[in-house]
Amino acid sequence: MSNAASPSLTQRHRDTMLRILIPIAVVVALILLWQILITATGVPQYILPGPAAVGASLVKDWGTLAPALWVTTQITMAALALALVGGVGIAIFLIQSKWIETAFYPIAVILQVTPIVAIAPLILIYAPTTQVALLICAFLVAFFPILSNMVQGLKSVDHNLLNLFDLYGASRWQTLIYLKLPASLPYFMTGLRIGGGLSLIAAVVAEFAAGSAGAGSGLAFRLLEAQYRLNIPRLFAALILLSLLGVVIFGITSFIAWLSLHRWHESSLKREN
Amino acid sequence: MRNVSKSFSSGTLALSDMSLTVEGGEFVSLLGPSGCGKSTALRIISGLGDVTTGSIDWPSSRINSKGLPDGDISFVFQEPTLMPWQTVFGNVYLPLRLKGVSKADASDAITAALETVGLKDFAKAYPRELSGGMKMRVSIARALVTKPKLLLMDEPFAALDEITRQKLNDDVLRLWRETGITVIFVTHSVFESAYLSNRIVVMKARPGRVHADFPLQTSLERGPLYRTSEEYRAACEKVSASLLEAIGGPEAAAMEMH
Repeated sequence: MSNAASPSLTQRHRDTMLRILIPIAVVVALILLWQILITATGVPQYILPGPAAVGASLVKDWGTLAPALWVTTQITMAALALALVGGVGIAIFLIQSKWIETAFYPIAVILQVTPIVAIAPLILIYAPTTQVALLICAFLVAFFPILSNMVQGLKSVDHNLLNLFDLYGASRWQTLIYLKLPASLPYFMTGLRIGGGLSLIAAVVAEFAAGSAGAGSGLAFRLLEAQYRLNIPRLFAALILLSLLGVVIFGITSFIAWLSLHRWHESSLKREN
Repeated sequence: MRNVSKSFSSGTLALSDMSLTVEGGEFVSLLGPSGCGKSTALRIISGLGDVTTGSIDWPSSRINSKGLPDGDISFVFQEPTLMPWQTVFGNVYLPLRLKGVSKADASDAITAALETVGLKDFAKAYPRELSGGMKMRVSIARALVTKPKLLLMDEPFAALDEITRQKLNDDVLRLWRETGITVIFVTHSVFESAYLSNRIVVMKARPGRVHADFPLQTSLERGPLYRTSEEYRAACEKVSASLLEAIGGPEAAAMEMH
């Protein structure tokens, strides 16, 4: 064993392995426990299926679930992309002057605080297709955290750095590109991570509200459908796919944040003391 | 901008009818108690602050859109004021980048500026990897990269420890001698002003104005030898006495020092 004062490479390696293995072990243990309880108590499958039945359903219904997963993924990603462009764009617009912010920020707040489920029926009426309606719903939910974080970030630039840019005669555009945008990158990444999770939630909630059906429907519809048919294993399978999608989105956005910040920002650094 | 001369006056509380003319190549210290408007004065000289009344005259011919002599002035703040997302190289590149100089064309000037402050080997480092003194050096290198005629320094070393501060003082002196640049140095330290400058402007607070303005010639070259000399001690006493007058008596002085 190496001593605690100077952890050797192998020990650090082992720490990393444990950090990955422990959560996996816990999940596996819980799944086993679930299966054991189901088998021991004999609960019928239409009330609570065991993990084996859910796994079987995942394989059997893959033909139905996979397209739905793809639809939900597309809506989520498209909504997030729109929210990024919209959130950042509107944030840049808002910080141009105090008056613009005073005039338009309340509208963004109103859009945010009105529950999306309540607006969804209206959007369904106005949108040309259900997919577009879902997209609008998911966008409305995801864009606000990105907007508010960006506004905060763009306004929190070091005043002396702004002075410096003025001193060297920087144009508005140069100040934005070389100073304000990079300085607000940590805020943007926070917005991205929150927005990523929210756009998935919104895509699901909006689909519940919209009640779409048929070939172009997403996982939320398949979930409801499975419930109506008391096909509980399939409901669980859809649920697992949604969770996995959420985890993947979280992983990707966290990785992007790490990639862009790890060289300079405090949030991505280890404390060296 | 060989003969830098500026005169300005401001009707605000911060500065009251203050006039100052600085000759090219001078090392002027603006010394005074806190709240005497010395930083305000520096900001007005740099063009960052507006004057309420009065004016600033530049002998320079190139005046940019903001009414400032283009590229002739650099400012070193009390904080290093570096961009954490840029490397040392990127930070020093900034003034040239804003002028539209390409990275390849700027490269030599950046390396030269970094060499002047002894950080040539740290071009690829990020600010967080540097000590406080090194960050300040980067800030100075950035100020020098445009080859300014006038360098404004606003208590640049106030936050540093004594040893680092002395070393940077010597570096600034060396730069001043080598480049013939004009320096206006704001400080609240009697010792720093007496050590560095060949002209001291003592300011008085509420409202800010010039209390005393005198040259400080030395027979010795300013350096470690000067620091321990009788001449330096005499200079410190002279500056100190003037500052005490400006503050208004020894009691007030004692308060200011703590």
